[in-house]
Amino acid sequence: MNASALQLKELHKRFGETPIIRGVNLDVRQGERHAVIGPNGAGKSTLFHLISGRFPVSSGQVLLKGEDITGLAPFMINRRGLSRSFQVTNIFSRLSVYENIRCAVLWSLGYRYSFWRMVEKARDARELTESVLEQINLVSRRDVLAGVLSYAEQRALEIGITIASGADVIMLDEPTAGMSLSETEYAVALIRRVSEGKTLLIVEHDMSVVFDLADRISVLVYGQVIATDTPENIRANPAVQEAYLGSATEEKDHA
Amino acid sequence: MLELIIFSTLNGLLYGLLLFLLASGLTLIFSMMGVLNFAHASFYMLGAYFGFQISLYIGYWPGLILAPLLVGGIGALVERFGLRTVRKHGHVAELLFTFGLAFMIEELVQMVWGKVPVDYRVPDLLNFSAFTLFSTTYPAFRMFMLITSVVVFLGLLLLLTKTRVGLIIRAALTHPNMVGMLGHNVPLVFMMVFGVGCGLAALAGVIAGPALVTQPAMAASLGPILFVVVVVGGLGSLQGAFIAALLIGLVQTFAVAINVSVADILAPLGITLTRDSMGGDLWMATVAQVAPIIPYLLLVLVLIFRPKGLMGYRET
Amino acid sequence: MREIVNKNGYWMQWVLAALAVIALPYVFSSGAALTMMCLMGFAIIFSLSYNMLLGQTGILSFGHAVYYGMGGFMTAHALNVIAAGKLPIPLPVMPLVGGLAGLLFAMLFGWVSTKRAGTAFSMISLGIGELVAACSLILRGFFGGEGGISTSRTETMKFFGLNFGPQIQVYYLIAAWCLVCIAAMYLFTRTPLGRMCNAVRDNPERAEFVGYSTQMVRFIAFCASGFFAGVAGGLSAIHYEIVTSSVIGAGPSGYVLLMSYIGGVGFFIGPIIGAVLMTALQISLSDYTGAWMLYVGLMFVMVVMYAPGGLAGLLLMHKPMLMRGTFRRLLPAYGLAVVPVLMVTAGGVLVVETCYHLLVKASEGTAMNVLWLQYDAKSPWAWSAIVVLFVAGGMALRKLSPYVAESFHDAVQQAQSKGAQ
Repeated sequence: MNASALQLKELHKRFGETPIIRGVNLDVRQGERHAVIGPNGAGKSTLFHLISGRFPVSSGQVLLKGEDITGLAPFMINRRGLSRSFQVTNIFSRLSVYENIRCAVLWSLGYRYSFWRMVEKARDARELTESVLEQINLVSRRDVLAGVLSYAEQRALEIGITIASGADVIMLDEPTAGMSLSETEYAVALIRRVSEGKTLLIVEHDMSVVFDLADRISVLVYGQVIATDTPENIRANPAVQEAYLGSATEEKDHA
Repeated sequence: MLELIIFSTLNGLLYGLLLFLLASGLTLIFSMMGVLNFAHASFYMLGAYFGFQISLYIGYWPGLILAPLLVGGIGALVERFGLRTVRKHGHVAELLFTFGLAFMIEELVQMVWGKVPVDYRVPDLLNFSAFTLFSTTYPAFRMFMLITSVVVFLGLLLLLTKTRVGLIIRAALTHPNMVGMLGHNVPLVFMMVFGVGCGLAALAGVIAGPALVTQPAMAASLGPILFVVVVVGGLGSLQGAFIAALLIGLVQTFAVAINVSVADILAPLGITLTRDSMGGDLWMATVAQVAPIIPYLLLVLVLIFRPKGLMGYRET
Repeated sequence: MREIVNKNGYWMQWVLAALAVIALPYVFSSGAALTMMCLMGFAIIFSLSYNMLLGQTGILSFGHAVYYGMGGFMTAHALNVIAAGKLPIPLPVMPLVGGLAGLLFAMLFGWVSTKRAGTAFSMISLGIGELVAACSLILRGFFGGEGGISTSRTETMKFFGLNFGPQIQVYYLIAAWCLVCIAAMYLFTRTPLGRMCNAVRDNPERAEFVGYSTQMVRFIAFCASGFFAGVAGGLSAIHYEIVTSSVIGAGPSGYVLLMSYIGGVGFFIGPIIGAVLMTALQISLSDYTGAWMLYVGLMFVMVVMYAPGGLAGLLLMHKPMLMRGTFRRLLPAYGLAVVPVLMVTAGGVLVVETCYHLLVKASEGTAMNVLWLQYDAKSPWAWSAIVVLFVAGGMALRKLSPYVAESFHDAVQQAQSKGAQ
């Protein structure tokens, strides 16, 4: 039985009077690829924000590898080994691609707030940055300012920044949003590669990506998980079909 | 003693309401446009000077109407041709633009009217004492200032809560993009809000000019206190600005009246402190001398214990 | 030769800078020039320290002069203590005292200030600046009241036979510290913290999600910046031999912002250009016109509105063209634009000067003398001429600007395609 990488216990989130997350229980096992799907407005991104510390929880618990991280600041959660990407590209637009990745590796390599060593002399930072750049296939664009990259390149950079720190729990928020078919295929291959041996939690709308990648799927509807199971069982689940009535056929046309 | 308390309360309320008159325009502009108008106190100063100039030709009362209108118009033009150009460079650029504007207004005022305070007189109609309490008179002009501030404040409240325009403004305060999507001409609304905000500041200037000194340094001395009011009250909160303004107004006015120092308090206990003792200056300074620092001390305290301000919710 | 330059290009520029600094007094040897260069020296350090906050970390402070001033005051007091006790500490070390004072106060106030970001931080910095300025009137022992604190730089132990009385010796002291500080602040930008400062500037949220506390990054940058501001203050105390509470107030805080921004906050060299230019203007312009502060304000607003990269930005915009030789494409457009620019500038200056004369110097009569022009300030002919000059120049500039922009883009395109070959 795999240990739990990420556990959500009775998670609630209210904005003012409006409940968005209404008691989510989730158990993501170590090493698995777990997808979260659901209709628009179900609260998938909000769930990510709660886990990664961007929003405070109203009640409930978030456990990372057994440790309670509820309510911690984002940087503290990141240091404990959880890294996330953003649905709306959130990169350092005035820094080069190379520098974007390098900023993401610095803490994990132990450089912290040091101002007494030159970053160019740091060979481990350089090598790690180069290897990440190779993985996301942006070596040829390394000196380009991140703000002028194409959309797909920015999404790749977004993933690159997320995995660069070597976190063992990776959360990707709609990584293939807005991508063409070939770009999506490429992104899926990249995601599969970089999540080898790690725990992946991914929010996606593109069903072909989900069924391709995921070991298990959780379905989030109106702030609650209505089912968690293998892809085949989820496909056959009547409650899921009802929640998705109509939108499943739309997804097929998309591909 | 009672006399001191009553007059200090009146003056403190007056100062607080004046601060709020300025802070309300500032908060409205900030909440809607995201830019803190560094030149707000400069428009206050312009109002006082314009009012003075008008009072030389046609008297004080026309100035009360004309000066705010003129300055409000200038404000609208500044927004249309200045701020709008800078907006695309971000909030920092907008703040820097208003900073440069404040700088230039001060230089221009010095150039036109000189560095010496000008003699902005209380109008004859109000140049008497309203009442006498325990042998001290209270000028009628100050009562006028008090009443006008309250009237403007009530008018603002009514405008915001009971009218359609007020509804749009309140909506734009928290969701400017959405208001634009609903079909309102947001750039025009911005221009009007900026203009009205500056006009309010100018009105405060016309009211305060004859009572306080009208000089080129008036913007630089009131400006920082104004920003303390909005930060302590909570950026973007009108209620917070009101509470903070009254708090600072009252505390500072009372402090100025207290001529007691730490040395004075400790003396009866047998502890003698003089200028030569360790940290001598601190013990010898009376509360009245320390009064200018009090708003800033309040700022630091609020920052330590309640960083978002008393009632704040909008972070830039 | 070219290979040597390319290989060691990095070191060469520092060596060249040092040589230039050493040679300057021989080129400009008058007392006034020496004094001006001394002023530029610590203005450069002050501006660079300010840019550690604004350009590199993205935080706008309106109260930076506090750390400059505290550095100055501590240095002055230390000098007096050393002179009184005849302690064996040489003068060249003294700016370090200023630096440590700046650091200490930056740690104290920075801890409170960096709790908030953005506009709130700026207002807090203003408030703390006013707080310290107001305190300076109360704590007369430390701040010296109206007269400030006087000190003497010649009372310390002789340093290799130098007593730092003559201006030239002070110049070399300031120049040496200036070079050291420039190097230190430049190297700071190449450290992990320096890189994260840029990251926090660009996207503070993302920086948190890669493991960095933005508050801590800003706090450390604030402290480092305070240190260097204190060094500049210490050098200023040594130069002027007096420190008054005016160095702490909103004036110098605003001034360093103007200097840095006009020079260009997005580039390391920007504040250096700004400091040099503004110091030169301050000394030379104020002799010619009483409205020079207005010109400075106008320049600042123009930069904010139309050239947010500052002077450094404007110059560096041309770098790809100069390097690939396509600058020639631009010359005709720029040449044409020179005339309207001159007209607008001349018209503007004349308006300001004439108004100034009429308003401030009214007692001196209405006859005016600008450079070689003599006219009556109230004459309608003069006024019409000035207005026509300004408006015509402005209209011509408006018409020309699409052409200039096009030429510029062409030249840049050519440079880029040449570079790609």
